[in-house]
Amino acid sequence: MTTQTDLPVLLPFTLGSSATPRRKACLLRPATWCSILVVAALAGAATANASASAAIVSGVIPTMWKWAPLVLQGFAFNLLVSVLSMAIGTLAGLFLGLAQVSLYGPVRRTSWLATQFFRNAPWLVLLFYCMYLLPFEIEIFGLTILLPAWCKAVIGLSLPVMANVAEIVRGGIQSIPLTQWESAEALAFSRRQTIWMIILPQCLKRMAPPWMNLYAILTMATTLVSLVGVQESMTMTRAALVAEARTDLFIPMYMMLLALFALYCYPIARWTQRLERKFAVRD
Amino acid sequence: MGEIESFFVWLNEAHGINLSIFYDAFDRSRLLRGALTTISLSCICLVLSIAIGIAGAWLQGSRVRLVRNVVQVYIQFFRNTPPLVQLFFFYFALGSILPMVQDTHGADVPLISNFGWAVISFSFFAGAFNVEIFRAGIEAVPRTTVEAAEALGYSRLKAYIWIILPLAFRVCLPALNNNLVNLVKTTTLAYAIGVPELFYAAAQIWSEVLNVQEMMNVLLVAFVAIVGAVVWLVARVERLLRIPGYHA
Repeated sequence: MTTQTDLPVLLPFTLGSSATPRRKACLLRPATWCSILVVAALAGAATANASASAAIVSGVIPTMWKWAPLVLQGFAFNLLVSVLSMAIGTLAGLFLGLAQVSLYGPVRRTSWLATQFFRNAPWLVLLFYCMYLLPFEIEIFGLTILLPAWCKAVIGLSLPVMANVAEIVRGGIQSIPLTQWESAEALAFSRRQTIWMIILPQCLKRMAPPWMNLYAILTMATTLVSLVGVQESMTMTRAALVAEARTDLFIPMYMMLLALFALYCYPIARWTQRLERKFAVRD
Repeated sequence: MGEIESFFVWLNEAHGINLSIFYDAFDRSRLLRGALTTISLSCICLVLSIAIGIAGAWLQGSRVRLVRNVVQVYIQFFRNTPPLVQLFFFYFALGSILPMVQDTHGADVPLISNFGWAVISFSFFAGAFNVEIFRAGIEAVPRTTVEAAEALGYSRLKAYIWIILPLAFRVCLPALNNNLVNLVKTTTLAYAIGVPELFYAAAQIWSEVLNVQEMMNVLLVAFVAIVGAVVWLVARVERLLRIPGYHA
């Protein structure tokens, strides 16, 4: 679309062009990040104990260590829920996104409506929706399948993921130049072939960063399932705090939980940014 | 009003669609109060988070490396941890070390109420995203404009307030819109610490009247309405601030 030229006057003018000396967003190295978190947790523990005796200060770290396996177990469950919801949501979202570029008006409009609905409803409301309104068992061909609470929670979280993935897919497809469609048509590809063999493979690169971003958001949203009675890392943390019944543990224990999520999600965010930058140059 | 009420009583008896909020004055007032709490919570957080975003973006352009790093740690911490755990951290952990104060009746109450903690928590959460949004907007302001301001003798702060921010604000409105909608949706989390907002009120009603499905739908409609109002408001602001011929 731009003509080959080295004359600056002929180059298209864009706001905030590369000529602007932008201050590089200083990203923290993972090592720095880890040490900051550890220091913050210790500082939190120390401030909580500032007025308490030294004996209690020495008790905080061992107590946290004692409960760490339980919290980690809960965190592993968080990750399981996030991976399952992401898988279901991505698969459903892919088709919902494709339906939004369908040639049939009713399909296009219905899928648009569904996407907007699930995207704009709060995650917590959708989660409660699924928890209360899905049956606890379903019968398919005389076969009774039990739906435990955590399965319903996975479905509840995958609904907003589906809608967001649908938007990512639609955005990705629409970002591909029209010429690609036209050349595919000229080469006698059918519409289905064009989408699956030409358009989607090109979209993948553009869709990866927002998709990863969504995964990080989902991972953080998995703590919501503790509110509907499914046990995960936050339930474990709270249970540990109840069992210990020590107010000085509140800050360090919650810090530990926050640090767990930060340690998992921050690298994803960093990687996402790197991919974004890499792809931005090539486009 | 009598007709509306009798219609919903009939709807319940004939079809089993129990919308108690339309014929039960107590349920209605509970839900309306909840809606009011959600709206005020959203509005306060909205203003505070934008203020945090503007201040943070200015600090991020600071010449002192330490200030920039502190802002960066703040952003990364709040962006990469679950808002629900942040809320619990603020309410249970930080709330536990604050002293109790006496209210007008002489009863001991916490220094900051659960509503207050919700405001603090969500403002910092949304503020972290707003800082990034404003930074992107500031980067979009042409360097030459900033230089012109410098040449005219503006200090860094004055140039930020009078030249850069007004231009950057317009650029980042679409992204800000997204984040503010997200903020409104996040306010439902206040349910977890017992703030009587819309979701909490609805949960109270459905656990007493046993009309989960109806209340869920009411809730979704209510949130679509509130989110719609925010989107409309931002669109209005966008149109109001548009400079003819400046930006596409």
